[in-house]
Amino acid sequence: MTKTINITLKVWRQNGPQVKGRLETYHADNISTDMSFLEMLDVVNEQLTLSHREPIAFDHDCREGICGMCGAVVNGRPHGHQKGTTICQLHMRQFNDGDTIVVEPWRARAFPIIKDLAVDRSALDKIIQAGGYISANTGAAQDANNITVAQNIAEKAMDAAACIGCGACVAACPNASAMLFSGAKISHLALLPQGKPEAARRVTHMLRAMDELGFGNCSNERECEAECPKEISIVNIARMNREFIKAGFSSSVE
Amino acid sequence: MILDGKVPGGPLAQKWEKHRFDLKLVNPANKRKYKIIVVGTGLAGGSASASLAELGYEVKTFCIQDSPRRAHSIAAQGGINAAKNYPNDGDSIWRLFYDTIKGGDFRAREANVYRLAQVSNNIIDQCVAQGIPFARDYGGLLLNRSFGGAQVSRTFYARGQTGQQLLLGAYSALMRQVGMGRVTMYPRREMLDIVTINQKARGIVVRNIINGKIERHEADAVVLCTGGYGNVFFLSTNAMACNVSATYRCYKKGAFFANPCFTQIHPTCIPVHGDFQSKLTLMSESLRNDGRVWVPKDPKDKRPPTDIPESDRDYYLERKYPSFGNLVPRDVASRNSKVVCDEGKGVGETGLAVYLDFSDAIKRDGRETIEKKYGNLFAMYEKITADNPYETPMMIYPATHYTMGGLWVDYNLMSTIDGLFVLGEANFSDHGANRLGASALMQGLADGYFIIPYTIGGYLASSSFEKIDTAHPAFENSEMTARKQLDKLLSINGRRTVDDFHRDLGHIMWDYCGMSRNDDGLQKAQGMIQELRVEFWDNVLVPGKNEDFNQSLEKAGRVADFLEFAELMIIDALQRRESCGCHFNEAFQTEENEAKRDDKNYRHVAAWEFAGVDKSPVFHKEPLDFENVELSQRSYK
Ligand SMILES: Cc1cc2nc3c(=O)[nH]c(=O)nc-3n(C[C@H](O)[C@H](O)[C@H](O)COP(=O)(O)OP(=O)(O)OC[C@H]3O[C@@H](n4cnc5c(N)ncnc54)[C@H](O)[C@@H]3O)c2cc1C
Ligand code: FES
Repeated sequence: MTKTINITLKVWRQNGPQVKGRLETYHADNISTDMSFLEMLDVVNEQLTLSHREPIAFDHDCREGICGMCGAVVNGRPHGHQKGTTICQLHMRQFNDGDTIVVEPWRARAFPIIKDLAVDRSALDKIIQAGGYISANTGAAQDANNITVAQNIAEKAMDAAACIGCGACVAACPNASAMLFSGAKISHLALLPQGKPEAARRVTHMLRAMDELGFGNCSNERECEAECPKEISIVNIARMNREFIKAGFSSSVE
Repeated sequence: MILDGKVPGGPLAQKWEKHRFDLKLVNPANKRKYKIIVVGTGLAGGSASASLAELGYEVKTFCIQDSPRRAHSIAAQGGINAAKNYPNDGDSIWRLFYDTIKGGDFRAREANVYRLAQVSNNIIDQCVAQGIPFARDYGGLLLNRSFGGAQVSRTFYARGQTGQQLLLGAYSALMRQVGMGRVTMYPRREMLDIVTINQKARGIVVRNIINGKIERHEADAVVLCTGGYGNVFFLSTNAMACNVSATYRCYKKGAFFANPCFTQIHPTCIPVHGDFQSKLTLMSESLRNDGRVWVPKDPKDKRPPTDIPESDRDYYLERKYPSFGNLVPRDVASRNSKVVCDEGKGVGETGLAVYLDFSDAIKRDGRETIEKKYGNLFAMYEKITADNPYETPMMIYPATHYTMGGLWVDYNLMSTIDGLFVLGEANFSDHGANRLGASALMQGLADGYFIIPYTIGGYLASSSFEKIDTAHPAFENSEMTARKQLDKLLSINGRRTVDDFHRDLGHIMWDYCGMSRNDDGLQKAQGMIQELRVEFWDNVLVPGKNEDFNQSLEKAGRVADFLEFAELMIIDALQRRESCGCHFNEAFQTEENEAKRDDKNYRHVAAWEFAGVDKSPVFHKEPLDFENVELSQRSYK
């Protein structure tokens, strides 16, 4: 049932990567519990605008949990406390009347702040550029059903491929590591027969890129798995590590 | 002016092959001397950028989001069509062609649609080679499911995330080219204008969303892949950044806009609740494979759905369309939902919803099977509504979803501006007056992987290009106009926010230019839009400055364009004195209340030429010749 609640927000405001930020307090009254968290921020922003103050900058686009554009730390948890949920799909019915909610941007060395809650995640694209693909030029493919993939393998590949690249795993990790993100892509491709020829090259290049871009290492904290809005399993990190060891034995890699 | 679609001669099935042979080629060594700009990184732009770079062209690619992987194509759920006929159920290129052209109510160009069906199979091959984890059977072969408007199973899918997987495929191909230095990627850029020099598209002007800098980029050709304009309705299933600005600003520079009033209202979306809502969420059409649509027979029946016995339910789609049942095309399904709700049989708090019920499918196949097929959709539904669709039927209502209209293009996908190509949802070309499910993904990838790589070569090889740079007065002009508009928006300092105007515009469009239209309503809407536009430029409040990450300013520019474009939609709807597909003018209907076409007078594409804001646009038409299919009254009974 629809009801309304009053909440207090403490939101991180920062004008750019170089300047200092601070938490500012806002009151959001009569918030319908059917609203999403971002719709609640929309309401706050409308009020800020009308009172000639700058609205809160935050990234978002699809608002249905698939584009990976949104993301903020809510009460210390990336995307908030609801399991398997992006902040755009987090609904206000998850909160209580009178709650104080602290909202902060992703914090990681590899993700400089752009403004308020918006950060620069282009480092994730750079990891993919280093090898997160199968080299298959347009036009060169054989008939699709010439390649068979056992159903359970295809399902596992799909589980890994469901990553939306939001960066919550990096934000959750005490070392700001991108192991879950990279592991998911490496697993998705290494599981499939099409991805095998490049598997060794892929894993070495992507891991090297990850280091160079300022992401930390994995010390098995498992925070990434707990906070991933798509519930990507850390089995994918283990699989990546196996791929990396295999790659060490393969002489074809520089 | 009669527009020429430049459809090649010869029999339908051989046109594309013959044309590919006739197109001039660019010598491999010369390709890197040509610069191509691609705007957009959805299925169309992502696949085009990667494929053109693979051929050797120098490519610059732009998108609004922080990463090309976030283009709105990512949200597509249900699947992608192809004529593989793997299920052995009678599919063929011809049948896919026929279903698509009939589904579009015979308002698309035959030759384009046939070519689309022809390359559909290559798309699946390409995607599998890239590692897209499509659904497979126990033998490891690819699976299909059914979508609306077809009686064969031809839809390939990756759970309820087909668009995501296809886009990540195109994105990874694009990232590979970026990594190799063949594509330069410009994310967080918004195109503000197309630059034409000597009647040719030679570049674009963009705003850097992070710092407001206006940047100029020159090229030998521009490929626009900026998606659809469904957000003119404010509430839609589109992502928040979807806009008409890129195509509309090209329209203002001389590209004709075709069939703007053809907008698809999708039957299965989560209903509207409350004024604060920012978007609507689609529940994939694939759900109609297993879900049954119904309302209570008696408008006064307010029992919970699970307490209403079979005998008191009206499965109206199965009743009215026994051969297609719940899988009638979208326009038909949506209109019928509206009809039963208008009769007072709608359900839920607002009475603007119908049930989509899975209980029979769960009884038949077991919960696990249903979960495997639709688990993520059910979870999404529960998150938004707090209802569990395994236990109680979903409630759904139609919502704006897709736009068949778009910039006019010829068979080569070139607009009326030389060197400006338009792909994907941004063009008008393949879906006529109604798009069938799972065919937008097919079209986006067909355009990007398999059509533009040929046709752009033909253009480049047969044109001559003078050397230009971005100091050219044409760039200067575009930048000045764009700056002026930004300054103006920031200086009004009125009393209403951008969203407030946008919401009002959305209501006008939904009420008068939505599922059902009539002349009085359309005329009234035109006046209302004009008034709202005047008020906008007098009373909008855009905070902050240009030299900043200013999301209100971004939105304001988009809404300013929607406010002009909406009127073009109305003008187009008024011009078309018939009903066809999604365009249902109440004055033109059959005795059974279906859309009644007028093939004698309206078997054409309406293409509009800009004549100035507040001036009537100039009407042009491209007659549609049907040499291979017989025009029939669409029947799904
Ligand atoms: C919820 C949903 C589900 C769908 N499900 C299906 C389905 O199952 N099957 C199917 O076939 N179709 C489906 N569709 C339709 C299909 O997803 C789209 O039509 C298709 O993906 C559009 O692709 P595109 O490449 O043309 O544009 P988009 O994917 O919309 O990409 C547009 C690109 O252009 C960029 N851009 C836009 N404007 C500008 C600008 N001014 N400056 C710079 N860049 C700009 C954007 O950043 C983006 O990169 C669905 C649509 C929705 C909304
Ligand atoms: S806005 Fe797309 S995932 Fe949240």
